[in-house]
Amino acid sequence: MVGQALFILTAGITLLMALGVVLARNLFHAALFLVGAFFGIAVLFILLEAEFLGAAQIIIYIGAIATLIVFAIMLSRHVMGKEAGAYNRNWYFALAGVVFFFLLLGWLLIKMPFNLVTAEVPADAIAQIGQGFVGHYVVPFEVASVLLLVALIGAIMLARER
Amino acid sequence: MTVPLSWYLIFATALFSIGFFGVLARRNAIAVLMGVELMLNAVNVNLVAFWRYLTPTDLSGQIFVVFVFAVAAAEAAVGLALMISIYRTRKSINVDELNELKL
Amino acid sequence: MDLRAIGESFIAWLEGLGIPQGWVLLINWILGALIILGIALLMALALIWLERKIAGRIQDRLGPNRVGPFGLIQPIADALKLLTKEDITPADADRITYNLAPAIAVFHVLMLFVVIPFADKVVGANINVGILYLMAFGALGTMAMLMAGWSSRNKYALLGGFRVVAQLFSYEIPIALVMMIPVLLVGSMNLNEIARGQGSLAGLGWYVWIMPAAFLLYFVAALAEGERAPFDLLEAESEIVAGYNIEYSAMKFAWFYLAFFLNTWILSAIATTLFLGGWQGPFVDQVPALGVVYFFLKTLIMFLAFAWVRATFPRLRIDQMMAFCWKVLVPMALALLLGSAIVVKMGTELNLPGVVTNGLMLVMNIVIVLVTLSLLGRYTRTLHETKNKRLFSPELPRL
Repeated sequence: MVGQALFILTAGITLLMALGVVLARNLFHAALFLVGAFFGIAVLFILLEAEFLGAAQIIIYIGAIATLIVFAIMLSRHVMGKEAGAYNRNWYFALAGVVFFFLLLGWLLIKMPFNLVTAEVPADAIAQIGQGFVGHYVVPFEVASVLLLVALIGAIMLARER
Repeated sequence: MTVPLSWYLIFATALFSIGFFGVLARRNAIAVLMGVELMLNAVNVNLVAFWRYLTPTDLSGQIFVVFVFAVAAAEAAVGLALMISIYRTRKSINVDELNELKL
Repeated sequence: MDLRAIGESFIAWLEGLGIPQGWVLLINWILGALIILGIALLMALALIWLERKIAGRIQDRLGPNRVGPFGLIQPIADALKLLTKEDITPADADRITYNLAPAIAVFHVLMLFVVIPFADKVVGANINVGILYLMAFGALGTMAMLMAGWSSRNKYALLGGFRVVAQLFSYEIPIALVMMIPVLLVGSMNLNEIARGQGSLAGLGWYVWIMPAAFLLYFVAALAEGERAPFDLLEAESEIVAGYNIEYSAMKFAWFYLAFFLNTWILSAIATTLFLGGWQGPFVDQVPALGVVYFFLKTLIMFLAFAWVRATFPRLRIDQMMAFCWKVLVPMALALLLGSAIVVKMGTELNLPGVVTNGLMLVMNIVIVLVTLSLLGRYTRTLHETKNKRLFSPELPRL
């Protein structure tokens, strides 16, 4: 019961924050709502007993990505100004499509049978994640590191004053 | 373990849809990027939920989430650098005004 | 006398009163949170007095000496003064963000107190991702200052906000890399385990002896993370008036002030836990409560070191600050992390005894410091041959 109540509370707040991201006319507010949504998802990870990912979510999404987004917003417009015309001409098509998508996917997911396994999370979960990175998933791990390096160099090249 | 898996899946679907709407409907490129981040997060919630409910002893689900983190970070860095660069030359980052192939 | 025993007997007493188990747990949690909160807030008052007194003596002044004996009640008088001041919100400010920022600034520091081990197993929450948790909530502070800088609608506040991102973002990287080195050695991210791992050899097992370079690097980066001189560019009075908190007055300003002092204390506490052996000390195995004394003593020494640096050194220029991070600290931290990983792996593969591994670690640290110093020395010598003697200027020869 407590678990369900916690889930509903967190999920509800997260969804409201996500709506705020999409609906807020002021971009800075949208970014702050985004931080709230990321935080809610971190709490959900912890409810799912993935503490490592909960902490990593806060470090990477709030500490890095959301801060970068806020920084870019501050650099790229009249910082206090509201956005004139937040949506493009086709927003109602988008809304209809998205609602249809949600209903379809939700219906599919409810209909889909899953082989649920109830087991405890291994006590050395973090160690196993680490071993996964240097063991079975070593090639994707290296590719991800190369991707980050390329992104680093690319970002510097793109944003450099010419 | 009292929360059914389908709740997480519905939640992730709703989050994905909201982010998708942001990507499709917002004019500002940074707002579009925020929509993409929401969609990636919805995927992460799904991955973790499937890991916890279907294969709790095999941690591949969590490992994939870390890869999504890396991709999201790279995407945000390059995307925001692009936007700042475009803003310098065009004084606007509304995606429907960026309809030329040259800067 | 064991602190845990007190807690357990308290729980037993509550259960003896016939309160259901769930409520006992809840009461325990709330009490624990209140104790940590009370310690933090009381300590902040003491630390403010201490820092002002020390800075005063270092700078040949008396420091606070009017209110109470030795000016001890000065912080309380200051708090009362701030309470009675007018609470100003700029007309064009973004109200919600403006009021939320100081709250988040204090909240993120208080959240950090949760995982600090004050004595063996005396932790708010003994979670096994302690170090990640510290980094996660440390990153929230950047957000609070950014919110304050943006929502005040003031040019100086906004400039302060930009500096916040530039500085705290950059220095988070070396600090995170260095915090990973004790994790490598212990093989756990649990802060209590890391403190316990330094118990060997009667104090010689402290990581400050085994990896002095990592400790120094942490100290320098922590100066920047704690917005302390010589890295206090976020609120440089002579450049951007007061930075992100320029528009804040009365109690809201006091909250930022509080967050600043608590943040420094937390950085000292992390240094104590990771490098100075945490609660380790003589006779701590017989009398566990002594751990609290040792912990606070070591943290106080670290705090005084921070205060000493702040009272002594002048402020850096912003380009020097950034260049120092990216061109000196980050490569050095990467080298240290790589070296430590190799040493730890060697120790486990070759079955070396712990002492040999620690010795290798020490040698590796000294070599890295010497290489860094010689590179920096060569670089500064080339400065004398150029007209423009600004350290780390882009037009100078490369390092």
